[in-house]
Amino acid sequence: MSLLEVENVTLKFGGVTAVNNVSFSVEEGEVFALVGPNGAGKSTLFNLVSRFYDPVAGDIRFAGESILKKAPHEIARLGIARTFQNIELFEQATVLQNLLVGRHRHRRGNMFSETLFTPFVRREERRHREAVEKVIDFLDLQPYREKYIAGLPYGVRKVVEMGRALAIEPRLLLLDEPASGLSVEETQDVAFWVEDIKTQMGVTVLMVEHDMHLVASVSDRVMALADGKTLAIGTAQEVQNHPKVIEAYIGVADENERVVA
Amino acid sequence: MRTVFKTTYDADINLFRHGAQAFWYLSLLALMIVLPFFLSDFAIGEMTNVLIWAIAGMGLMILVGQTGQASLGHAAFLAIGCYANVLLQERLGLPFILSLPLAGIIAGLSGVALAIPTSKLHGIYLAIATLAVSILVDDLIVIAEPLTGGINGLLAPTIDIFGIQFDRYGTPVRFYGLILFVTVLVVLAYRNIQRSPLGRSFAAVRDSEISAQAMGVNVARTKAVAFGISTAITGLAGALMGHFAGIFNNETFTIIISIQMLLMIVIGGLGSIHGAFFGAVVIALLPQAIARVRDGIGALTGTSIAIPGMESAVFGAILILFILFEPMGIYGRWLKIRTYFELFPFYRRDMFRRQRSYLKTERMR
Repeated sequence: MSLLEVENVTLKFGGVTAVNNVSFSVEEGEVFALVGPNGAGKSTLFNLVSRFYDPVAGDIRFAGESILKKAPHEIARLGIARTFQNIELFEQATVLQNLLVGRHRHRRGNMFSETLFTPFVRREERRHREAVEKVIDFLDLQPYREKYIAGLPYGVRKVVEMGRALAIEPRLLLLDEPASGLSVEETQDVAFWVEDIKTQMGVTVLMVEHDMHLVASVSDRVMALADGKTLAIGTAQEVQNHPKVIEAYIGVADENERVVA
Repeated sequence: MRTVFKTTYDADINLFRHGAQAFWYLSLLALMIVLPFFLSDFAIGEMTNVLIWAIAGMGLMILVGQTGQASLGHAAFLAIGCYANVLLQERLGLPFILSLPLAGIIAGLSGVALAIPTSKLHGIYLAIATLAVSILVDDLIVIAEPLTGGINGLLAPTIDIFGIQFDRYGTPVRFYGLILFVTVLVVLAYRNIQRSPLGRSFAAVRDSEISAQAMGVNVARTKAVAFGISTAITGLAGALMGHFAGIFNNETFTIIISIQMLLMIVIGGLGSIHGAFFGAVVIALLPQAIARVRDGIGALTGTSIAIPGMESAVFGAILILFILFEPMGIYGRWLKIRTYFELFPFYRRDMFRRQRSYLKTERMR
């Protein structure tokens, strides 16, 4: 049984079919990448798995169970964490507070015990703080612990967002363009981290990424999409050389076209 | 600038960040306890008034400053707390020590009842919905005359706790002490919420609903809880306000009071406990200050000037000045001044960026 199974999913926005009968499955412990030109439906697929959108047809199963009946906030509790393409951090809070929000899934107190700050709540806070510190160590965020997001550079925010998703302690991590807008060095860091997330933490990764170099270096399998339809699934090598993929990216020469000299 | 050397996780969890901070806040508390013994009854009354407004301000601050939800209807919850407290004492014969927390709970539950249908509303739409509640409660008080006394209002009884009397005029120091006690409890509760998962889920809803959801925060529920806690605290303030005023009717809690409360926390500084207190000082003492200035000018020129609506005009002018020149409020200004001296001479002009957490619209959906 695969960890995540997306089966014949279709989503329409008015007359536009954003995702058209797409199926794929992500196996436990692999890094699965979605690639494709802009508007191919990659982020829409993410939002479907996060339950921000309802598909018009098809089913999405996580660990064998359909998630289509779940509310968006219940998805994190199942163990699915995500980042956003355009960074959705809590701007008026510190890095530490942002990461601690990621621990919300593991909250065991209630509003009454927390208002009184009982010894139980304090023990819980220590536990969350310790878990978050591990994430900070993993992503080298030590210099930024107390900094407000509003004042942080883009590259650091990107990392904080990944850290917040890891603080959830997910089984499946959805990374929406983790390397977009990052420098070459920062992209290399992301590649190492994705590798470590897979091997050390045992977390399955599903990511959308345009940087084919990064995709080729970290992902076990790749799916190419265009216009909401699946073009090819396979290793990075296979997908890159697939005629349909080449056509979607570069276009194909028209046989009747003549070069007019 | 103080650098705290942290050796345990508790350093991030404790009530105070370091010993010096604890010392200064406890000194302030000691001063607040001792001060009334050296002041006139009038000054004690003014201080009491400031504290009651500060409690109301903290109530609204939880909603607007922490959770980012607008409310133009908090006077309604002052009214609910105030009437509930007095009616529980008069009609059911409950002692103050029970009626006060019950008044808070009743106001809190009404807040939750408002939050459930309005949980999908944002910004200006939520403001209008809450505004409607404020007007509705005003009318309800008049309609429910057999219970509330209508426009004739109600008299608040003298507070009696185990035989000890707390009266604003009879025993002003004692009355002040009681209010200070409640204020400290509310501050503690507020701080506890801020440093626990509940407060972080409020901030998450304020800054990005979409990613709060992705973190497993139930947004509708969190908003309802924020409304409940906010209106419960406001209800407590309303109950105390009733005892402070002695007599009150529907006019005591008009829409103007709702707007003043919002002014108070914006002027004080959104998102902090300090802001509620700074704002309360301005709101509670400004009418007195205006009267003093007016009398002073009158005495100088030998004429008596009484401009109707002067108070509202001055409030409005102050708000405009703050929004234009100091959107972070008095507390924001204080932080800037403190940072300037702590970092002297390395302070930069743009160290504090303009906050944009208030009345934010959602990008997705």
